[in-house]
Amino acid sequence: MKILVPVKRVVDYNVKVRVKADGSGVDIANVKMSMNPFDEIGVEEAVRLKEAGVATEVVAVSCGLAASQETLRAAMAMGADRGILVETDAELQPLAVAKLLKAVCDKEQPQLVICGKQAIDDDANQTGQMLAALAGWPQATFASKVSIADGKASVMREIDGGVETLSVTLPAVVTTDLRLNEPRYATLPNIMKAKKKPLETVKPADLGVDVAPRLATLKVSEPAQRKAGEMVADVAQLVDKLKNVAKVI
Amino acid sequence: MIRDQETLNILLDTISRFVRERLVPAENIVAETDRIPDDIVAEMKELGLFGLSIPEEHGGMGLTMEEEVLATFEIGHTSPCFRSLFATNNGIGGQGIVIDGTPEQKAHYLPKLVTGEYIGSFALTEPDSGSDAASLRTTAVRDGDFYVLNGTKRYITNAPEASIFTVMARTDPAQKGAGGISAFIVERGTPGLSLGNPDEKMGHKGSHTCDVIFENCRVPAANLIGGREGIGFKTAMKVLDKGRIAIAAISVGVAERMLEDALRYACERKQFGKPIAEFQLIQAMLADSKAELYAARCMVLDAARRRDQGLDVGTEASCAKMFASEMCGRVADRAVQIFGGAGYLSEYGIERFYRDVRLFRLFEGTTQIQQLVIARNMIRAHNG
Repeated sequence: MKILVPVKRVVDYNVKVRVKADGSGVDIANVKMSMNPFDEIGVEEAVRLKEAGVATEVVAVSCGLAASQETLRAAMAMGADRGILVETDAELQPLAVAKLLKAVCDKEQPQLVICGKQAIDDDANQTGQMLAALAGWPQATFASKVSIADGKASVMREIDGGVETLSVTLPAVVTTDLRLNEPRYATLPNIMKAKKKPLETVKPADLGVDVAPRLATLKVSEPAQRKAGEMVADVAQLVDKLKNVAKVI
Repeated sequence: MIRDQETLNILLDTISRFVRERLVPAENIVAETDRIPDDIVAEMKELGLFGLSIPEEHGGMGLTMEEEVLATFEIGHTSPCFRSLFATNNGIGGQGIVIDGTPEQKAHYLPKLVTGEYIGSFALTEPDSGSDAASLRTTAVRDGDFYVLNGTKRYITNAPEASIFTVMARTDPAQKGAGGISAFIVERGTPGLSLGNPDEKMGHKGSHTCDVIFENCRVPAANLIGGREGIGFKTAMKVLDKGRIAIAAISVGVAERMLEDALRYACERKQFGKPIAEFQLIQAMLADSKAELYAARCMVLDAARRRDQGLDVGTEASCAKMFASEMCGRVADRAVQIFGGAGYLSEYGIERFYRDVRLFRLFEGTTQIQQLVIARNMIRAHNG
C-alpha cells in the first residue's frame, strides 16, 4: 500500500508573526519556516504504518516555492521514501492545492492520503476535504487513531461529547488531529541519508491544473488589543454589568 | 565549510528542537541529581549526537568544523553538561583515533563511539602536569606485545562513564619533552586501571570527572595510536586545536542562551512602573553582551572555516577559545546582574550557568596558556 502525505512549509510555530504595515498579509521575510505540525503528524503516522508492515511506500508531496524542497527533505529524514515538489511561485489557495494533489493522486494511485487537518498559517482546514471530494474518495477528518485492515481504514475522531469511529473504504483521505501521535525527531544520520532519496519536481502546468486564486484577500490586521479587566464589588454588580454594559446575558 | 545548506538546516533545526523540548526541561533535575536521566542519554544516542564529527565511512556524520560549530551553537542553548557527555566522543576522546589511528583502530573503535555504545575519554592532565602537559610523568614501558603503564591522570572528563581512554604516556624516558610521549587506547576493565572518586565540582553537575590511575596496567601494543612511539604529544595537540574551537563554540552557544534569558527577564520585570529593559543602564549591559557575542561568533566561524581549508589554526583556535570563553564569563556576569536578586537564586537557573561557564576559561588550556600560544606563534612568525 502506498501512502501519500502532503506537507506544507509554514512559518515556524515558535515565531511571533507580524502583519505587514500595508495590511496585505503577514511578513514572512527572514522568518524561520518549518513543516506544518499537523503534516508532521501525518508523516509520522505514515512512517509508523510502513514500519508496521501495513504500508510499502510513503511519498511526501509539497506544493509551493522551491524552498519547500527543504520541507520534503525533512519528511524524508523522518522516513518518507521519496518526495514530489509541485513548484510554483503563485499564491496557492486550498482549492488549488486540492486540485494539484488530486492530479498527483491520479498519477501515483495511493491507497491512503494523510493530510494535516489544517495548516497553522491560514488555518483553512479545507484541503483534505476538497481533495476527497475531487477524487470521489471517502474522508475521515481529525483522526486521533488510525488502523488499516481488509481494504478499510478505521478512524477514531474526537467529537463533541465523545469519540466517533468511522470505517472508510480505501482509497481514502484522512486528516490528522493533534493527538494522533507524537512525531519523532529525525535522527541526524537519517537527515544525512535523506539527501540521497529521490525528489521529483513538477510544475502545476505539467499536471494540467490552473492554480489561479478564487478568493481575494482584502485586508489582514492584528487582533484587537485586549482591554484591561475590571474588578467588581459583588455578584449583583457583576450580573448588572454583564446585562447592561457587556450585554451578554 | 558547509557541504549542503538544506541538509544542514534540517540538522540544526532538529538539534535546536531536541534541545528546547527535551534537554532544557531536564536542566534542573540534572543539576539536582548530578546525573543525566537514562532515557535522555538513550535519546541523545538515538539522535546521533555521539557521532557528529566522526567520518561517515565509520558511521558518523563527518561534520566539517564549520558545520560542527554551528551545531554546537545550538547545543549550547542548554546546560553544557549534556554536551560534555558526547563531546569527548566527537572531540578529545575520539579525534586522536580519527586523526592518527591505524585503520584497524579506526575500524574497531569509531563505530562504537558513533553510536555511544562506547564513551571516549582523553587522559592527558596529571597531578603535576596541567598547562605544562609535555612534562607528564605517566610511563609506558614495552614488554613483549604489551606496554606497561604507570601513573595518575587528573580531572579526566567522562572517566566514570568511559569505555575507552586515550592516554598520553612517556615511552622514552630519555626524552623529557614532547618527543618522548606516545598515545594509547586503554579499555575500561584492563587490569591495573582504576578510577578515583568523582570530583566535587563548582558546576557542570551531570558531567563527571575523576582521577584515572594506572598500576602496572598492561595495554596491548596494538593499542598504540598510529602504531608509532613518540607522536602522542603531536596527536594530543592536533586534537586540542579542534577542541579549542569547539570550546569557543560552546561558549558562544551558552552565552546566547544566557543573553536570551536576560533579555526576556529585562522585558518582563518591571520597576519604577516600566520594564527594566527600558532603562539605559540595563540596555548598556544587553548591548555590550550582544556585540561581544557577535564578535565571538564570527571568530569561531572564521577559525572553523580556516581549519576546514586545511590551514594551521593554532593561533586562531587559541584566539577564539580565549575571547569566546572570556566573553561568556562577562555575559554570565551581566546576566546575573540583570536578573538582580533573582539572579542569585537557583530557581532562575542563571546562577547555574554562571557557575557552569566558569570552566570554559580553564579547560582545554587556560586563558593564560592561550595567551602564551598566541604570543609565541606571533614571535616565531616574526623571527622566521
